[in-house]
Amino acid sequence: MTVGAQTLATLPPPAVPAGHYGAFGQMRSEWTKMRSVRSTIWTLIVTVLAVVGIGIVATAVTAAQWRQGGIVDHVTFDPTARSLAGLFLGQIVIGVLGVLVMSAEYGTGTIRATLSAIPNRPLVLACKVAVFGVATLIASEILTFAAFFIGQQLLKGTTPYATIGQPGVLRAVAGAGLVLTVLGLLALGIATIIRHTAGALATYVGVLLVLPLILQAFPVSFQHATIRYMPLVIGENMAATRPDIHDFGGGVLLSPWVGFGVLCAYAFVALVVGGVVMVRRDA
Amino acid sequence: MGLDAPNAGTVMINGRRYGDLPWPLHEVGALLESKAIHPGRSAYNHLWVLAQTNHIAKKRVDEVLDLVGLSEVARRRAGKFSLGMTQRLGIAAALLGDPGVLLFDEPVNGLDPEGILWVRNLLRWLASQGRTVFVSSHLMSEMALTADHVVVIGRGRLIADRPVADLVTQSSGRVVKVRTPDAERLHPLLQGAGATVSTGTDGSITVEGIGAERIGDLAAEHGLRLHELTPMTASLEEAFMDLTRDSVEFRGAAGEPLASDTQAMEAAR
Repeated sequence: MTVGAQTLATLPPPAVPAGHYGAFGQMRSEWTKMRSVRSTIWTLIVTVLAVVGIGIVATAVTAAQWRQGGIVDHVTFDPTARSLAGLFLGQIVIGVLGVLVMSAEYGTGTIRATLSAIPNRPLVLACKVAVFGVATLIASEILTFAAFFIGQQLLKGTTPYATIGQPGVLRAVAGAGLVLTVLGLLALGIATIIRHTAGALATYVGVLLVLPLILQAFPVSFQHATIRYMPLVIGENMAATRPDIHDFGGGVLLSPWVGFGVLCAYAFVALVVGGVVMVRRDA
Repeated sequence: MGLDAPNAGTVMINGRRYGDLPWPLHEVGALLESKAIHPGRSAYNHLWVLAQTNHIAKKRVDEVLDLVGLSEVARRRAGKFSLGMTQRLGIAAALLGDPGVLLFDEPVNGLDPEGILWVRNLLRWLASQGRTVFVSSHLMSEMALTADHVVVIGRGRLIADRPVADLVTQSSGRVVKVRTPDAERLHPLLQGAGATVSTGTDGSITVEGIGAERIGDLAAEHGLRLHELTPMTASLEEAFMDLTRDSVEFRGAAGEPLASDTQAMEAAR
């Protein structure tokens, strides 16, 4: 494979475009990055299985066993929340995707190529956030609505079921998709700070699952004062249409939208800290 | 490249800091770490990802793949590539924006002889188009074949910054190899002329301090026979060792440099 001057000299040099590099090109690039690796496809498949699949199993089991349930079960039954039972696992899978979008760049070293092409680091992070955020939002909303509608079909006939027009139902279904998206962004922010896949994933899962467990070692008064700020609790609360049932005698949980605001603040802080360290550190 | 913050100083490219370039890939192309690829992404997508950021057309991606000979495997996952193919992909990425300045960090590391020849020809060809090609390497023999101009850096300090020919000339010419059946008679004559003489294992003598012409003249004046009279040209490697004797970081017990942070950098124009 010798390179002869004749064969090479025939190549016309590409014209240098006018203007300046910017968000448009970088967002297209980020989109290509996401869709050109198998991990994205696999994570998406697992997310579908988690959110829709578990929703189907949960509602089907409820419908089949309804008659055996006690009176308390019947009174406290929340058909919307039941169809969104896959949210729990979905949160973890979306977190994996959010971590990988950033940590894969550091893990493989492609971050240096990325930042050579676009030296403006905050712009790179912002474009990643935008592309991942929009893609995740669309996917999450499709999944939560699919889980809801399929789940209610399965419940219909044997058990009480919900319709999208009932109070709180639209908020719960759409809100569950929003929670998934914001948790994905939180994971992306954590990965920007930590840069290692394993470390970032452990931190994300720790914040999501281990923190509530640690809380149980503390006095009840402290638990009641802090449980409302746990991302997992905020997510469950958003997906329920009857939060009063889960609330420990009332007043412990935040309202769904206030909780969502707190969740957004977590993600925002993680991304801002990530952006600051990204600018300060050597790539 | 704006990737690592320097302790002090700035680097300007065409009068601008890297971060201020409007389209970085159109001005500077770099092969920094050829292993820095996502193993699950195809060669084509690896380049397309970079191309999109700097407004480079899909056609150009095909062109550079063709240029480095990877067209046929462009859709294969880059993680399956051999070292040589990975290196070619890295070079293709550097050439994407058709930049006037190219940086290659150890471009022939781990390549087979054919690959090394290919890279050497490519570098010369790129330089012949009027581009500035910077190559950093530990392989002095490779540099001697490709470089016009050498910059030697040791322990973070600039040791030399001059044309290759210059550097080699400086270190050579002072040593002359002589083969003669009349060594016993020539010996004192040479020493009388101020030269240092040593006898090699193969019977030849090595003369330092006077030129080949002077040795030839001396022999002729005294009617001595010379079978060989060779001025020794120093290799770039020897010239490099000369220069860096004091700045290598690690030495073997015998004072031989084992490894160092010294690097030669070539700039061909």
